[in-house]
Amino acid sequence: MAEFTPESAGPDDAQKLRYYQKGTFTVGNRLVDADARTVQASEERSNALTCGHRACQGCGEALGARYALDAAMRATNGKLIAVNATGCLEVFTTPYPETSWQLPWMHSLFGNAAAVATGVAAALRVKGKKEVRVVAQGGDGGTTDIGFQCLSGMFERNDDVLYICYDNEGYMNTGVQRSSATPPAARTATTPAAGDEPGNVFGTGKFVPRIAVAHRIPYVATATVADLHDLERKVAKAMSIRGARYLQIDVPCPLGWGAASHDTIRLARLAVETGFYPIFEAEHGKVTRVRKIRKPRPVTDYLRLQKRFAHLFRDGHEDPRVTRLQAMCDANIEEYGLVGDDETSG
Amino acid sequence: MLKQIEGSKAMAEGIALCRPEVICAYPITPQTHIVEGLGDLVKDGSLTNCEFINVESEFAALSVAIGASAAGARAYTATASQGLLFMMEAVYNAAGLGLPIVMTLGNRAIGAPINIWNDHSDAMAVRDAGWLQLFAETNQEAVDLHIQAFRIAEELSMPVMVNVDGFILTHAVERVDIPDQDNVDAFLPSYEPVQVLDPDEPASIGAMVGPEAFTEVKYLAHYKQTQALRLITKVAGEYRTRFGRDSGGLVRTYRTQDAETIVVAMGSVCGTIKDTIDEMRDEGYPIGLVTIVSYRPFPSAALRNALAGAKDIVVVEKAISVGMGGPLAIDVDEALRNLPHAPQLHSAVAGLGGRPILKASLHRLFREAVVQPWEGTQFLDLNVRVVGREIHRSAKTRRSGPTAEALLRQLAAEERDSAEKGRL
Repeated sequence: MAEFTPESAGPDDAQKLRYYQKGTFTVGNRLVDADARTVQASEERSNALTCGHRACQGCGEALGARYALDAAMRATNGKLIAVNATGCLEVFTTPYPETSWQLPWMHSLFGNAAAVATGVAAALRVKGKKEVRVVAQGGDGGTTDIGFQCLSGMFERNDDVLYICYDNEGYMNTGVQRSSATPPAARTATTPAAGDEPGNVFGTGKFVPRIAVAHRIPYVATATVADLHDLERKVAKAMSIRGARYLQIDVPCPLGWGAASHDTIRLARLAVETGFYPIFEAEHGKVTRVRKIRKPRPVTDYLRLQKRFAHLFRDGHEDPRVTRLQAMCDANIEEYGLVGDDETSG
Repeated sequence: MLKQIEGSKAMAEGIALCRPEVICAYPITPQTHIVEGLGDLVKDGSLTNCEFINVESEFAALSVAIGASAAGARAYTATASQGLLFMMEAVYNAAGLGLPIVMTLGNRAIGAPINIWNDHSDAMAVRDAGWLQLFAETNQEAVDLHIQAFRIAEELSMPVMVNVDGFILTHAVERVDIPDQDNVDAFLPSYEPVQVLDPDEPASIGAMVGPEAFTEVKYLAHYKQTQALRLITKVAGEYRTRFGRDSGGLVRTYRTQDAETIVVAMGSVCGTIKDTIDEMRDEGYPIGLVTIVSYRPFPSAALRNALAGAKDIVVVEKAISVGMGGPLAIDVDEALRNLPHAPQLHSAVAGLGGRPILKASLHRLFREAVVQPWEGTQFLDLNVRVVGREIHRSAKTRRSGPTAEALLRQLAAEERDSAEKGRL
């Protein structure tokens, strides 16, 4: 890997934050330039989602939301309104009369967050408050399933909304049911690990970032809680653009995935390194940048840490469908050109 | 200004006078001309400072209005029938959040069988949602009610639905007096929200409420609607003072003095009923009409006063609560319950799916109520022969097929037969 110096940095990264020491991306803020440190490292962070909420231990969504919103708050000088779909994030942050939100926040319904955000943006425009920006957010159920029509409508009208999907691959708030973002073979309450082909069916589901790209909106990105620098950078970039933007963050769910709370970051990282979750950016319908994997890990490294895939490894032998999951990862690697040393701009 | 104008277009002009800031448009018959009219006014620059948003569904239409209203804008949308049902979840939500959205409902039947014509099934489907529901009798009143609706909605911070009969009002061209902008501005101050999404004062709106307070939240919503009874009367009074016209209010009476029979109805059918009453009065029948303008909140006390002296009440309504009867009749019955000499209530369902309500039928109905009262709910002008045959036919075989299509086949066969007879 080529040595990286502040002088060779691109416009997006004053200092490249890519630490491949001992197989970890962990970045010590003390080691990097002050202006390249995370928003979270700053005492001036907004704590938009503050402590005291009721998320589970190791919740990837709480982590993702905290980083995403604080980054958006910094990018907008605190002039931010959040619209939230029904779901875990809504429930664990606002048990009446408590709230963890330190920004103006609104919850309407499960399937209409994108449309409500459109309305907020329209009101701000008509009131001449151009500096105030809008974020809509929801889980994968509220985004890829029940909220999909409103999401697509917001995209095609190019409304000035950043929609953030915290993707934990299922309906976790209602007790872990399958969504259209649930991966094949995964066990959920509605795709039980029973029968000839236990778990979720192969050949189903959708990857909404690709659909977002097909709308040719100004900005689409996937991100992961395993790389919070990258997540913050993408939020900042999204907020520098007007129009419809979509960010989907892979947020492991210890409860729904049957994983240890302390493995949230590890799982998110493995999802990237196996090619299971491609991390990329696209602008106006074209993929512009891809998070590279230096050396792809076998998908089993990712699967074995999660009880939702335990049926694939029953009685000491591997279910042949593991090969199909590996093929999915390989296809992602090929499609997005994931293997390599550097992030590419295309 | 007096204009010979289509109802929808007149409403669009009236709504534009209210200076809505966000309008969400989605087409559905028979409401479509209203949002088209507003779109014209925005596009040609007559209505400024207004975001006109073409959305992808009725669910989105009201959701966009919810977001706009919560962010402090005066928000408007319109729908009908299936569209109202498609946005049902947002209808309850807007009321629960206390957002003063004004929505026109171009009243239309609900399928299946799909039917684009007028009745009140759609309005009845959301009567419990927490919206105020006003019913216009004429296109003049439709225009006036919208102007009053914004005022009422914003004073109470509750959404208001203005009901206008599909086609009968929305597509009828008649004389309407469009108020002038200065008067509307004086009548309707700019929108001052009670809650607003504002980075300077961050608040959480739409939090979860458990059993410890949900009852109280609902009680307050009900309490607010009962308070609205007074406000609706007050606003109608101010409207009369400023614009010189009786529009809105809770109920209106027509020739009810010394009436022994009083008809109760809502919406445009009241015109036909008044004509019928005039003719019956000429023949010496002591009959009158009470028009309900405010269906939610339901004006029980005002209605009780208006109906107190009568012997027979005939409720004529364009909706059916399947398995129960006429929903308006149930509400009227509740209002009459505590009267010492409660009149007898007769329930009639009429005009479903756009069937014309004819004076001849009403003459017969009103007389029958007195001399030969029926049990339960009467379906005005029901084709008893066709219904009887269908009941008989479907009882014969298990796989009897769809009812609607069977009825249409029967009617077509009858028409053919009578045509042949005509030739012979």
